[in-house]
Amino acid sequence: MTFDWPTALPLIFAGLMGLAILIYVVLDGFDLGIGILFAAAEDEEQDTMIAAIGPFWDANETWLVLAVGLLLVAFPMAHGTILTALYLPVFVLLVGLILRGVAFDFRAKVPAGRKHRWNRIFFLGSATASLAQGYMLGVYVLGLDVGPGGMAFGALVALCLSAAYAAMGSAWLIYKTEGDLQRKAVRWLRTTLVLTALGMVAVSLATPFASPRIFDKWFLWPEIFYLSPLPIVSALLFLWLWRQTFHLPKPNDQHAIRPFLTLAAIFALGFAGLAWSFYPFVVPDRLTIWQAASAPESLAVILAGTVVVLPIIIFYSFYAYRVFAGKATDLTYD
Amino acid sequence: MDPLILSRIQFGANISFHILFPAITIALGWVLLFFKLRYNATGDSAWMRAYFTWVKVFALSFAMGVVSGVTMSFQFGTNWPGYMETVGNIAGPLLAYEVLTAFFLEAAFLGIMLFGFRRVSNRVHTLATVLVAGGTTVSAFWIIALNSWMQTPAGFEMRDGKAHALDWWAVVFNPSMPYRLVHMLLASGLTVSFLIAGPSALRYLYGDRSESMWKALRTGVFTAAILIPVQIFAGDQHGLNTLEHQPQKIAAMEANWNTGPNVPLVLFALPDEQAKENRFEIAIPDGASLVLRHSASGVVPGLNDYPGNHPPVFPVFWGFRIMVGTGILMLIVSWSAAWFLKRRRSLPKPLALIMVPMAPSGWLATLAGWYTTEIGRQPWLVTGVLKTADAVGPVAGSHVALTLAVYLILYVLLLLAYLGVLLHLALKAAKDGDTSPLPGVMNAALSQPAAGE
Repeated sequence: MTFDWPTALPLIFAGLMGLAILIYVVLDGFDLGIGILFAAAEDEEQDTMIAAIGPFWDANETWLVLAVGLLLVAFPMAHGTILTALYLPVFVLLVGLILRGVAFDFRAKVPAGRKHRWNRIFFLGSATASLAQGYMLGVYVLGLDVGPGGMAFGALVALCLSAAYAAMGSAWLIYKTEGDLQRKAVRWLRTTLVLTALGMVAVSLATPFASPRIFDKWFLWPEIFYLSPLPIVSALLFLWLWRQTFHLPKPNDQHAIRPFLTLAAIFALGFAGLAWSFYPFVVPDRLTIWQAASAPESLAVILAGTVVVLPIIIFYSFYAYRVFAGKATDLTYD
Repeated sequence: MDPLILSRIQFGANISFHILFPAITIALGWVLLFFKLRYNATGDSAWMRAYFTWVKVFALSFAMGVVSGVTMSFQFGTNWPGYMETVGNIAGPLLAYEVLTAFFLEAAFLGIMLFGFRRVSNRVHTLATVLVAGGTTVSAFWIIALNSWMQTPAGFEMRDGKAHALDWWAVVFNPSMPYRLVHMLLASGLTVSFLIAGPSALRYLYGDRSESMWKALRTGVFTAAILIPVQIFAGDQHGLNTLEHQPQKIAAMEANWNTGPNVPLVLFALPDEQAKENRFEIAIPDGASLVLRHSASGVVPGLNDYPGNHPPVFPVFWGFRIMVGTGILMLIVSWSAAWFLKRRRSLPKPLALIMVPMAPSGWLATLAGWYTTEIGRQPWLVTGVLKTADAVGPVAGSHVALTLAVYLILYVLLLLAYLGVLLHLALKAAKDGDTSPLPGVMNAALSQPAAGE
């Protein structure tokens, strides 16, 4: 096979977009999850929880802008098709993101009596945004089916993705906090893990049975053999993490970041499975990545910049996380 | 209901709400850097107090800008799919470069700038401030490049109904881009000057005579006094550029119905598009010809040259006048305040009383200016390439009406909350004055000495 840019560029951009979505889901997943867990936390715990995500959430959400941006700039046809089909869920997502984003700042700056109100808004916004993302994932998985069946399935995935985000949030809190809150986070993790597993099973089963094309990609020999590690490794990681929740926190708080990394790995495996199912379509069974792509010369211009800038972004993102490494302390502006 | 007009109102509402906050963060980042550098140079803790007061406003404005900006990136797809389908090859790379070179930079270093003072060295904290301020400005560069390209497209050709870039340099530095960028950056500077001067004047009225109040007040007033004449000159140059490239917009701004020499400068009128005339007109004879052509007999384009292809006259005419009127008010107030601060080292109470409600005057002028230029682009979305009506998506009018209603309610509530916090912060600062705790005083562990204590 000879290498030619018009074929390769849409593929590269699909990969980049997938990477951006995955990073977004993992990173904003934990701070959305912490917003959901707000409902179960005491007042002073909430301040610590905010301190655990305060310096990061802005950059985390930027990955969503990059993912949507890449969809917008690399696959303009798909951007329009997907977003007009999901008009109302997208709107709900945006309202949720707006509310939680500003609540972050307002809760710290309003007179003390009003703080409670913004804490509630922070929870509501986080929960709404997570539910909307799950709903969209469910509808997308069934090929943008917005009939009653699609909506019911969307509702199920909405619940499970929110639980998965809450699990990410719990795992992040295990890493970033100590004492009572940390022990509480371990219990939260155990509870939310059940729904997370249920959601992944539901999506994994629904995807092949909703589309014969996807069924053939998974269950024909030899594909079924090559692909079997995906579900098996995911299941093993789940089991291991479940057992861990009975032994956390470890003496001297060793390996506190492991639950988070394990969950991130599970997310990555699940995401890889979805990517395999839908390839080469960007709008399921309607538009392939090549049909939806921008002109090669425009993609080349973006790629040139991406190749230079993306490593720098990843480098300074790591740096920002390192500056605020360790257990979260109260956030002050000084 | 008509999805087109509803989608337009919705996008207009979103982008109007959005621009309020970048208009602050672009310049406020540099003002914060100025405070920081003055502190580094003098060791005077009042500069750091001013920094910590205004960095809170920056954080809040930044968050408001981010969330309303995310909304817009989705609305391109939900409401205007025809836009990216037609000019995606041009708009795509410009937006991508904005995300890659600006958004991540701002967002990553904002955390360090806001919360990292204790965790990194002073040098790195200053660097973080530079990178955040630089990021906001780079962001403005890319988005203004795209907006200007929509106004005065260049460097492309149409193939099969889609725009393809031929010369990226010409795309980015299209004819109106440098003028628009300078005009907007100065607008941001003025918005921030008055935003800082207003609450500082409020603190002054409440009897706060602390050093941090004086420093913020002087910074706001002197910056405004310096920038406003520059802005008037830059705006005039921008207008002449528009005359060259978008004469129909100038015709609407001047409410000039017939092309010809000796066109008067209309100060007040109610343009009537049906009758093609101005009612209740008050005008200076030959004024428009003199301003635009520097000669009384200069020919000014009229709307009769562009039948069916010119923007609605009333909003463009009035948008322009509100912007200019606010600018003149800014000139008078900032120069008087600067004179008193310089010569008398004090501020008369009535002047301070005027400066408080002038705090959001930059917002008013910025919005009025953007309404002038954006409505002035109609009926085109991309001049000569794509009509607004052809870009709207297949979403039901009822859906758009619902989302529009919720967005409007949300924006009004958020704006009230935002202004409430500004007022709360100003009153708190007025009460605390220079007794507000500084880093290093409040908590022990600190890498930063707060010198001068």
